Amino acid sequence: MSSPILKLIAQRIALGIVLLLAVSVLIFAGTQILPGDVAQAILGQSATPESLANLREQLGLNDPAYIRYFHWLGGVLTGDLGTAMSSGQDIATSIKGRLWNTLFLAFWAAIVAVPLAIILGLIAVRYRNGWVDKLISGLALASTSFPEFFIGYVLVYFFAVKWQIFPGISTVYEGMPFLERMQAIALPATALTLVVLAHMMRMTRAAILNVMQSAYVETAELKGLSAFNVIRKHAFPNAIAPIINVVMLNLAYLIVGVVVVEVIFVYPGMGQYLVDHVTKRDVPVVQAVGLIFAAVYISLNIIADIAAIVANPRLRHPK
Amino acid sequence: MSNELEFLSRRVASGKLSRRDFLGRAAALGVTAPFANLLLSSAARAAGPVKGGTLKAGLVGGESTNSLDPALFMTQVPFAFGKMWGELIVELSPDGKLENRIAEEIGSSPDAKVWTLKIRDGIEFHNGKTVTAEDVAATLERHSDEKSKSGALGYMKGIESIKASGKEVVLTLKEANADLPYMLSDYHLIIQPNGGKDKADAGISAGPYKIATNEPGVRHGGERFANYWQGDKMGHADQIEIIVINDATARTAALQGGQVNMINRVEPKIVDLIKRVPGVTIRNHAGPGHYVFIMHCNTAPFDNADLRMALKLAIDREEMLKKVLRGYGSLGNDFPINASYPLFTEIEQRKYDPDKAKFHFKKSGHDGSVLLRTSDVAFPGAVDAAQLFQQSAAKAGIKLEIKREPGDGYWSEVWNKQPFCASYWGGRSTQDQMYSTAYLSTADWNDTRFKRPDFDKMVLAARAELDEAKRKAMYHDMAVMVRDDGGLILPMFNQFIDATGAKVEGWVDDPHQELMNGYALAKCWLQA
Repeated sequence: MSSPILKLIAQRIALGIVLLLAVSVLIFAGTQILPGDVAQAILGQSATPESLANLREQLGLNDPAYIRYFHWLGGVLTGDLGTAMSSGQDIATSIKGRLWNTLFLAFWAAIVAVPLAIILGLIAVRYRNGWVDKLISGLALASTSFPEFFIGYVLVYFFAVKWQIFPGISTVYEGMPFLERMQAIALPATALTLVVLAHMMRMTRAAILNVMQSAYVETAELKGLSAFNVIRKHAFPNAIAPIINVVMLNLAYLIVGVVVVEVIFVYPGMGQYLVDHVTKRDVPVVQAVGLIFAAVYISLNIIADIAAIVANPRLRHPK
Repeated sequence: MSNELEFLSRRVASGKLSRRDFLGRAAALGVTAPFANLLLSSAARAAGPVKGGTLKAGLVGGESTNSLDPALFMTQVPFAFGKMWGELIVELSPDGKLENRIAEEIGSSPDAKVWTLKIRDGIEFHNGKTVTAEDVAATLERHSDEKSKSGALGYMKGIESIKASGKEVVLTLKEANADLPYMLSDYHLIIQPNGGKDKADAGISAGPYKIATNEPGVRHGGERFANYWQGDKMGHADQIEIIVINDATARTAALQGGQVNMINRVEPKIVDLIKRVPGVTIRNHAGPGHYVFIMHCNTAPFDNADLRMALKLAIDREEMLKKVLRGYGSLGNDFPINASYPLFTEIEQRKYDPDKAKFHFKKSGHDGSVLLRTSDVAFPGAVDAAQLFQQSAAKAGIKLEIKREPGDGYWSEVWNKQPFCASYWGGRSTQDQMYSTAYLSTADWNDTRFKRPDFDKMVLAARAELDEAKRKAMYHDMAVMVRDDGGLILPMFNQFIDATGAKVEGWVDDPHQELMNGYALAKCWLQA
C-alpha cells in the first residue's frame, strides 16, 4: 500500500476524533441548557436551600462550565463515566451489559439483513424490470414503509400468541444458553431486518444498475459472460463503495435506532436504558449513552469512508 | 348431577383427569362453563397447594434504576419482589384483619402511646442468622432516619423512641395512634439483619424466597428458602421470576403466549377481549385506589365553596364509570374512602344534577371558563374523562377549558402545583393514613389545599381513639366534611385488574393491593 491512501485514512480518523469531540461539547452544552441543575434533579421535592448548596459543592457544580466539561471528558477518556444519580450505580458497569446486548441483537440482525439485502439486490438487477424485480422491491419497500412498532406487534401476534413458536418478550440475561438466547432474539432481529432491508436492497440495485450502463459492462456482455458473472466480476466491485456506505448507515441504525423495537420486545439493551434514565432526568447517564451512540455512529461512518477509499482502484493503484 | 361433577373435579385436582375433559363432561351435564371452572378451582384449593415448578409474573412498574433497599421502593416491581424475599412485622390479611408475622403479639398501653412487639422464635434470615428484637428495632430506626429517604418516613416520624429488650421491642409514640399495627404492615418495613444499617441493599431478609437473580428493570428471580418459617402457607413454587414488561401489549402477549403465568394492570378497555382467551382468567377486585380531579381550596376561583360544589354536581359519575373504566370500578362520592377500609360508613351518593350545579355556579359569581389540566399519565383514560366532564358541565352552563399537559413532568410541574388537575391515589390501608397523607393542613401531599384546623383536630382525636364505634362515627363526620367542603372531585374508584394464565391456582382476591397484595407468586401454585 502506498502513502496517499494511508494519509487519507489517517485524515479520516483524525476528522472523526475532532467530530466526536465536537459532539461531546454539544452533548455537555445541551444537558446544561436543560432547566434545573443536577442537584435539583437529585433532591427533587425535598430540596431545601442548604441541602442544594451542600450537594452542589459535593458535585463540583460551582465550578465554571468549561472546567466541569474537561473533568467529565477526562473521566470519559479514562473509562470513568461517573455514577448514575437515580440508583447510585457505576454507569460504565451497567452500560457494559446493556451495550453488549444491543450489539448482540444488532450483530445477528445484520448477519441476516446485509447478505440478504445484497443478494436480493443482485437478483433484482439480474431480472431487472421483470416480475421478480418488482416483487422483491415491492415487498421490501412495504416492510420498510410500515413503522417498526407495527411490524413488531404483527410478529408478536402471529409468532408468539397464535402459533407460539417464538417468545413475544425477549428478556435475555447473562449465562443464558446460546440457543435460548437466539430463540429469544428471533422476533426483534426479524423486525429489525425487515426495517433495514429495503434501504440496502434498493441501494445495491441502484448502484449496480448505474454501473451496468458503462461501456466495460457492455464489453463484458459482448465477450459472452453470463449475466450473473457480469454482475459479480465487473459491476459489483465497482459499485461497492455506495453499497458499503448504505450498509454502514444501516448498521449504525441497528445499534442506535432500536429504542422502539427494544421497548416492544422488552429487550434489555441500550435503548431501554436510555429511556428509563431520560424520564428520571438522570443527566450523567444520558450524557454517557449519548456519547456512546455518537461514537458508534461516527466510527461506522469512518469505516464506510475508509472502505470506500480502499475499494477505489484509482486510490489503490496510483500512477 | 352435582355428585358426579364433584367426583370429577376431585379427579382433576389429583391429576387423574385433564381440565379439558372435565369441562367437556361438565358441558355434557348441562353446567355452564363459569360454574364448572369455579367448581374446579375450589376442588383444587381443597386438594391443597402443589409444590414445585416455576411461577413467572410479567409486571409493569420496574426500571433499571430500582434498588434492593426497601426504603427506596416506590413502584410495583420492587414492591412485589420485596414481598417475595422480605418478611414484615405484621401483614394485613385479605379480609382486612391483622396477621402477625415476625411479631407474635402486638400489645399497647391503654392510651395507645406505648406499643410492645413480641418477636416470634425461630425465624431465620436467608444468611442463616436468627431474627432478633435488635434486628427489628434497628430496621425501624433506619426507616425513622431522614437519611434513609424511606417511603415510610412519614409515619415513622411519629415514633419517639424504639427500644429492644430480650424478645421485645417497645415503641413509644409522640402522639397516641390506635393504627400503629397497620402502619407496621407498610411494605417498606422489611426486617433486615441489623436493620440494613450495614448494607441497605443486600437483599437479605426472612421471606419465602431467597434472591437468585436481580437485574433491575429486566428480571428478578427467587429460589425457595428451605428454612422459611411458614413454608406450608407460602412459597409453593420452587422458583419465582418477575419479568419487567412495561409495555401493556407485550405484557398481554406474554401471558397469552404462556411465557408468564400472571400479569398486572390489564387495561379496562381490553379486559373483554382477554377474557375470551382460553386458559386466561381475569382477576379483578375492588381496592382503595381512586381517580380524582383536584381543586386547590385556597386558590381563586376554587376558594369559593359554591364553585367547588357546582363542579362536584356537574360531573356525571355513572357515565364516566361506564365509559372510562368499562364498569371495572365503583362510583365515587367525593371522599377518598370506600368499603375496602375498615370502619367505613355509607354516605348518601352524590348524583349528577345540572340544575343544582347551575344554581351554585351562579351563586359563586364566577364568570367565564374554568381551566382543567389533564394528561395521559394522570390515570388511564384521564384525557377522555376530562372531556366527559367538559360535556356534562356544559349542560349545567359551566364552561370547562381543558389543557392537555405532557406526561413527562406532570407529577413535578402540574400535580400539587396547579389549582385544578386530574390525578389518582393508590389509597392506604387505614382511613387515618389516607387523611394524614393528603388532608391534614400540614401534609406535604395535601393536593387539594384542604386546610381546616377543626378537621386536623378530628384526625388526631380519631387516631388516639381505641373505641371502635366512636372512631367510626368520627370518620363518618370527617368524610362528610371532605365531601361537602373539600376540593376533591372523586368520580370513581378503580379496580385492580390482574390476569392469570392456565393452571394457576390458589388465587385469593385481596383489596389492599394488586396481585394479592403482592403475594401472588408466593401464595399461588401451578396445578400439575
